[in-house]
Amino acid sequence: MYTGSITVADTPLLRYVLGRADDALVLGHRLSEWCGHGPLLEEDMALSNMALDLIGQARALYTYAGEVEAAGRDEDAYAYLRDVTSYANLLLVEQPNGDFARTIVRQLLFSAFIDPYWRALMASTDPTLAAIAAKAEKESAYHLRHASEWTVRLGDGTAESHARAQRALDELWPFTGELFTMPAGERALIDAGIAIDPETLRAPWRATVTRVVERATLTLPADGWMQRGGREGRHSEHLGHLLSDLQYLQRAFPGATW
Amino acid sequence: MYAQSLNQQVEGTTGPEDAEAAARFQARIDAEERIEPNDWMPAAYRRTLVRQISQHAHSEIVGMLPEGNWITRAPSLRRKAALIAKVQDECGHGMYLYAAAETLGVTREQLVDELLAGKAKYSSIFNYPTLTWADIGAIGWLVDGAAIMNQIPLCRCSYGPYSRAMIRVCKEESFHQRQGYEIMLTLARGTAAQKAMAQDALNRWWWPCLMMFGPPDAQSQHSDTSTRWKIKRFSNDALRQKFVDATVPQAHFLGLTLPDPALRFNEATSHWEFGEIDWSEFKQVLAGNGPCNRDRMAARRAAHANGEWVRDAALAYAAKERARAAAAAGAA
Repeated sequence: MYTGSITVADTPLLRYVLGRADDALVLGHRLSEWCGHGPLLEEDMALSNMALDLIGQARALYTYAGEVEAAGRDEDAYAYLRDVTSYANLLLVEQPNGDFARTIVRQLLFSAFIDPYWRALMASTDPTLAAIAAKAEKESAYHLRHASEWTVRLGDGTAESHARAQRALDELWPFTGELFTMPAGERALIDAGIAIDPETLRAPWRATVTRVVERATLTLPADGWMQRGGREGRHSEHLGHLLSDLQYLQRAFPGATW
Repeated sequence: MYAQSLNQQVEGTTGPEDAEAAARFQARIDAEERIEPNDWMPAAYRRTLVRQISQHAHSEIVGMLPEGNWITRAPSLRRKAALIAKVQDECGHGMYLYAAAETLGVTREQLVDELLAGKAKYSSIFNYPTLTWADIGAIGWLVDGAAIMNQIPLCRCSYGPYSRAMIRVCKEESFHQRQGYEIMLTLARGTAAQKAMAQDALNRWWWPCLMMFGPPDAQSQHSDTSTRWKIKRFSNDALRQKFVDATVPQAHFLGLTLPDPALRFNEATSHWEFGEIDWSEFKQVLAGNGPCNRDRMAARRAAHANGEWVRDAALAYAAKERARAAAAAGAA
């Protein structure tokens, strides 16, 4: 019976898998907050679809984490019973939805990274990760297309939408540096061909984002101070509130089956 | 644009409708033929359908709110994914039904404006709050169950686009209902606290669900003509009875108690007899005084208002693209 937060074994592979799972779950959760409140019904559908894709990816990764840890934990144990400092997602994905422009730009910045990341991970020497990557890549390719098209529409739409899109880009930019950081222990996974060196994706990521930003008539922000810490469990205040919602029932009724 | 390409009838310009056309129309209905968008139809038939289909569409969209209220708090990743998919289905039903209404010469924008202006109705049931996770089970089981009772006969509705929309909607609703019942079953077989949660949800949703079928037949305003036109095939009371008969054994299987001391099985009629429905509550909810009427409308209005700059941006960008394409064609 679960009685409180769990403590997860600290091995490089488990930490790596959980980080990717947390990215997907937290961003999926954020997108699901739009359901019923989108700017048009078509976007209620699209954002919900992307939320489902991401939650599906998270489930596959958490399930794999359970196999890696071999401590008898299922997907829900990792999602519902780890506290904020155990979550290892990027700060970018936990940022609040804000207006539609902020949600779209967040999706663009993340998808432009994760899509080539999954594509590269399809060649992982870890067959489970390669299989998860193959499925996720198809989904993230669509997320990137959707976010790119909307970024262009908003940037090159009205004066108001342009200003909102530019503000979103400026405010989220300091969270993009963390995309390319490598937590301790990940180097060994990269050398073993299990994980991908994120640094190799910096140039393609920047090229994709620049292309979209230019078509959107927006201005790429200067690279100033970059926030980091999510991968090590040092989050913004926003994540705790997200987890309070997400984990409420499991925490209020320990051990119950739903 | 699609709507404008269809044959339109301007009401009140031709005096009494062509009696011969009306007789031909009724004969087609009686022969169980489907009426299609370009066919002649009485103005009142068109009006009735626009009202009914748009109310139905509005109900799907407003209905996203009470269940959406639990998406971020669903108790497992499997439940979370299923709930998002379910609410998304409802959005899809709404869009599908708005499209069916558009074949009658109205636009989605007009219909949505009427909803937001408080001039159009949606199902009374969505003005009740979802307080616990068990409400998500109860809605799937009871609200979707009641909706299916109402909607299965609409699959044979005389208006083609509506009947075809309902076939698809009913398939998805049946899936939702099984999903809701499975949530209730899990709770009913869970801890004492979970079972109490399920019982409390049933207590709160049972009577409002019986009200979903509308006022008793003796007081129903629209039934007579709707029946003649085969828009409606069963009376409110008949459908309500059917729902009660189907649902009572399901509640017993769950080991839950229906909140009606007058409930009893009549051996002679083979029907479950139930107590008096509080129609004053129903009237209050319809009049805007349900527990959540104001919140629901405020949420829809906020989504619409907050999305205005997005829709404007999409239109402005599309206009720029057209202008650029025209300029490029001119230069070539």
